[in-house]
Amino acid sequence: MSRITKFASRDPGPAARMAGFIAHLRENGLRLGVAEADIAMAALTHVDAIHPDESRRALRAVCTGCKEEAAQFDDLFDSYWMDMGRVRQKAVPTAKAPASDDVHSSLDAKGADAGAAGSATAPDGADGEAASDGTGKLIATEQRNLARKDLRDLVSPEEIAEAEDVARRMGAALRDQGSRRRIAARKGDRLHLRKTIRASLATGGEPVRLLRKKRPDRTRKIVALCDVSGSMSVYSQVFLAFLAGLMRADTTADAYLFHTRLVRITEALRDKDAMRAVGRMSLMADGFGGGSKIGPSLMRFTDTYAKRFVDGRSVVMILSDGYDTEAPEMIDQALEKLRKRGCKVIWLNPLKGWADYEPVAAGMSAALPHLDIFKAANTLADLASLEKDLATL
Amino acid sequence: MERTRHSIKAEHIMIWTDLKFALAGEGYVASDDLAVALQLALSLGRPLLLEGAAGVGKTEIARTLSIVKDTQLLRLQCYEGLDAAQSIYEWNYQRQLLTIRAAAEDGETGKAVEDRIFSRDFLLERPLLAAITQDTPPVLLIDEIDRADEEFEAYLLEILSDFQVSIPELGTIKAVTRPIVILTSNGTRDLSDALRRRCLYTYVEYPDRATELAILKARCPEVEARLADQIVGFVQRLREEELEKTPGVAEMLDFAAALMGLGIADLTDDPNVLHSTLTTLLKTQSDQANVTREVAGRIAGKAA
Repeated sequence: MSRITKFASRDPGPAARMAGFIAHLRENGLRLGVAEADIAMAALTHVDAIHPDESRRALRAVCTGCKEEAAQFDDLFDSYWMDMGRVRQKAVPTAKAPASDDVHSSLDAKGADAGAAGSATAPDGADGEAASDGTGKLIATEQRNLARKDLRDLVSPEEIAEAEDVARRMGAALRDQGSRRRIAARKGDRLHLRKTIRASLATGGEPVRLLRKKRPDRTRKIVALCDVSGSMSVYSQVFLAFLAGLMRADTTADAYLFHTRLVRITEALRDKDAMRAVGRMSLMADGFGGGSKIGPSLMRFTDTYAKRFVDGRSVVMILSDGYDTEAPEMIDQALEKLRKRGCKVIWLNPLKGWADYEPVAAGMSAALPHLDIFKAANTLADLASLEKDLATL
Repeated sequence: MERTRHSIKAEHIMIWTDLKFALAGEGYVASDDLAVALQLALSLGRPLLLEGAAGVGKTEIARTLSIVKDTQLLRLQCYEGLDAAQSIYEWNYQRQLLTIRAAAEDGETGKAVEDRIFSRDFLLERPLLAAITQDTPPVLLIDEIDRADEEFEAYLLEILSDFQVSIPELGTIKAVTRPIVILTSNGTRDLSDALRRRCLYTYVEYPDRATELAILKARCPEVEARLADQIVGFVQRLREEELEKTPGVAEMLDFAAALMGLGIADLTDDPNVLHSTLTTLLKTQSDQANVTREVAGRIAGKAA
């Protein structure tokens, strides 16, 4: 029997099937626009589309855009077109609201009942050890409730103001990144020949006015990821004040918290009232002080937010002690992938300030090869002293 | 009617296999995936983005394609900081200066001079502009696009979608013919989605054993069948080892040439000679240290 998918007789035709296929790919995470359906149809007219293999090759060239997508494509192709002769009822899927899992907010149902329902508050989620263990569940929940602190108790307005100052200086240090291009400037180091010659026309070819160009300073974006798991709670005060200050000093900065999940807190921290911003942050940091899943959190960041917010001009700053409950390979993979976006990665580890500290934690040693800077940071003063390292980044 | 439809179809089928055959005639053995993608790039007029490890023959495909299509190859090597002056056009400032001086001495001024020095004669065409002003469509190779920065990707998007260049002093130059655009990337940096979307895409893998053997036969026909088999087997095995820099196809050909030069008929004969020729395959100090004489001998033994 043929493996090829059959289509219902009321099916509108090849174009609709192709649109259905593109929608199928899109649902599976391939980044395709409207134009691709058109190109895909055109491509099929240039191969012998009767043969599945030729269609497969042609569609792969059109629809994929990177190595992972190309590897994924065969399965997606098979599941749509080679569905063991089953009848596909609807080639074109009905429109439905896209289920976005990019944003995790405590406003979502999952987090809203956090205080009341036991199972939702089990710190390690549905598949974690704590939830599956009978008594452990109760104890873990209880501990977690104790660990839920209002961040406003931790951070004072004065500290935020101080942190703001540190963040501003840090931003200034990062800003001195000479571009490789040159733009016209009054005090440049090279002659801007194009402008000079244009100007010399007015003086009969005598280049009287010499116009110059220079390498402009480039701004760098700081992306801060702060670990707020239990093991980090002692240092949270400093780091959260720093995050709050950073967001207030630098309008291009971006901030995230992670423990067992990753939360983007950029919008919350842009609140004009510093203390209200911290209050909103504490609402979002639901699960604050719990376990840490650094690898999965970083992976999640790399796969979602980083695609939009991290580029070659970003400096990703990870504030964590590197104690991960998950396999260290995840950290390795996530950072490797993140580095491919061209960004610099800085890891600030509060434990590094201790005498005789060695980065032996599996997670930390997995991360080390991918880091541009690995430094200690326990206090705001430590963060401030980073300035000169950042300047040479 | 039925016959004409059939013949049209037959024509289409022939096209990409023909292309594959033509490439093979020039010594490039392309996989079916690559041949179909190339054919689509040609017939749909879209740029083709080739990604893959260094040394799998991404650059070579553009060179071979230009030979097959009997057209010019324009190559733009990307690097960080590559800008419009080096990739699209630049005014010939020295000539402009001289002309202005000469004109001033002749008493010529104003618009006449300006028109003259901002004419096409004073424009230095860089690869991207040159590519769209040729009479016959050239092959435009934009090599290692991942080395250029994002600003350059933005220039490129404009040219690849509209095939025109705007020069403030001169106006818009529209494409006479559409070049065949091939972009290569080593995947050291993610490219923007916008650029990926405009291109057809193929990931070029290291060739499988049969393909690599065909490549070796096409490039070094004088290698004996048995030795060729050993060489390819050895290199394929070596790629499975944990190496810092995996040897590519070019390295394999160098290796074959080295063995030919030394007059070796069998890889397993002399481990010392084999080890000394490994310099053509292993390009870092740690790789050379890891693949010792014994390891090389073992791999050669297994491959034989």
